[in-house]
Amino acid sequence: MASMTSDEDFERSNVHEVYDQIAPHFSSTRYKPWPIVERFLLGLSDGSVGLDVGCGNGKYLTVNPKIFVLASDRSEKLVRIAKQHQPHTCIVADNLSLPHSPSSLDFVISIAVVHHLSTSTRRGQAIAAMLEVLKPSPCHEHSVSVDVNRAGKALIYVWALEQKHSRRGWDEGDDQDVMVPWVMKQNTAANGASEKTFNRYYHLYRRGELEEDIQAAGGEVIESGYEKDNWWAIAVRRPAK
Amino acid sequence: MKILTTSFLTCAVKACKSSPLSFPLHYKDAELEQSDIAYNPRFLINILPRIDWDAVRVTATELGFTVPEEKPELPALDASSSTDTIEPADEKTLRELHTLLLETEVREGKLVCGNCGHEYKIKEGIANFLLPSHLGEFELFPFCFLH
Repeated sequence: MASMTSDEDFERSNVHEVYDQIAPHFSSTRYKPWPIVERFLLGLSDGSVGLDVGCGNGKYLTVNPKIFVLASDRSEKLVRIAKQHQPHTCIVADNLSLPHSPSSLDFVISIAVVHHLSTSTRRGQAIAAMLEVLKPSPCHEHSVSVDVNRAGKALIYVWALEQKHSRRGWDEGDDQDVMVPWVMKQNTAANGASEKTFNRYYHLYRRGELEEDIQAAGGEVIESGYEKDNWWAIAVRRPAK
Repeated sequence: MKILTTSFLTCAVKACKSSPLSFPLHYKDAELEQSDIAYNPRFLINILPRIDWDAVRVTATELGFTVPEEKPELPALDASSSTDTIEPADEKTLRELHTLLLETEVREGKLVCGNCGHEYKIKEGIANFLLPSHLGEFELFPFCFLH
């Protein structure tokens, strides 16, 4: 297995630097909230405080005005775009080293982020880091069931391998680790209209894999499903035995 | 960077999280600016119970503000009602909280961990919590440094 530093270097070249270069164009194409994410955010109680880890242009910050969101992204260019959505906050942070106290927050969303990490270990660490900041489920001495109404919840959303009807056409059995082109059309006075292609790394999740990763990271999946080429799951922290 | 935000932040270094010295982070060389954010009393009333007032006091004092020792008491609002009737005294408290927690913006400066001393830079209002690689994964993967 490659060392941690080279995995980070790989992600720097094939994820972070790409987002920095495509930030304004990427942002202009991302404005419609996905229905599962919208439902999750609108279902939170008033005054909830939580994170949008990998917030991109911050399109989810406007969904529920009754909550406070601390949004973060690796790309400073995207953070600058997301910062306009007041009264929320946007910071530059790494999803493996989140600057928040353990057990302190009501919710976390991670939308189309974990699939950019290049090893199974790092994807597991990202999920564990999100679970760690959630308020734990209140423990019931004589019950192993989780009181999901009072526990902090995470919504994790990743790209699916099974999407044979999409433009990409991947399906079960295909390679799960792929480079996906982002084509940016540019209009410059010097060259006229031109196209530039950037490749981003993705790990495409197969059916059941997200739930397995959440379990392994110490979470308990309370709801999960498939929405338009993506797998999603809502999880709480599993109470310590 | 707002004071409200500071009350939900700590050091990104894993080893610091168990230390009470890492919360709240401390401002250094802070340049303040007053920003203009829409006043929303309901938002403040709902958020206030989630705030660690001792941490807010530490932060506010470091930035040169005077805040009450006890967390202000605010009226409960009728969730089903669309119009809020707020007493003038509460209105004054809410306006002050709005200015302190949301509109006071640290434009430039640093946030410093009281445990490890690491300084996180704030540039144009945005704090950067990316760690140099020797601090990032150390707790989880100490063996990385052996090869």
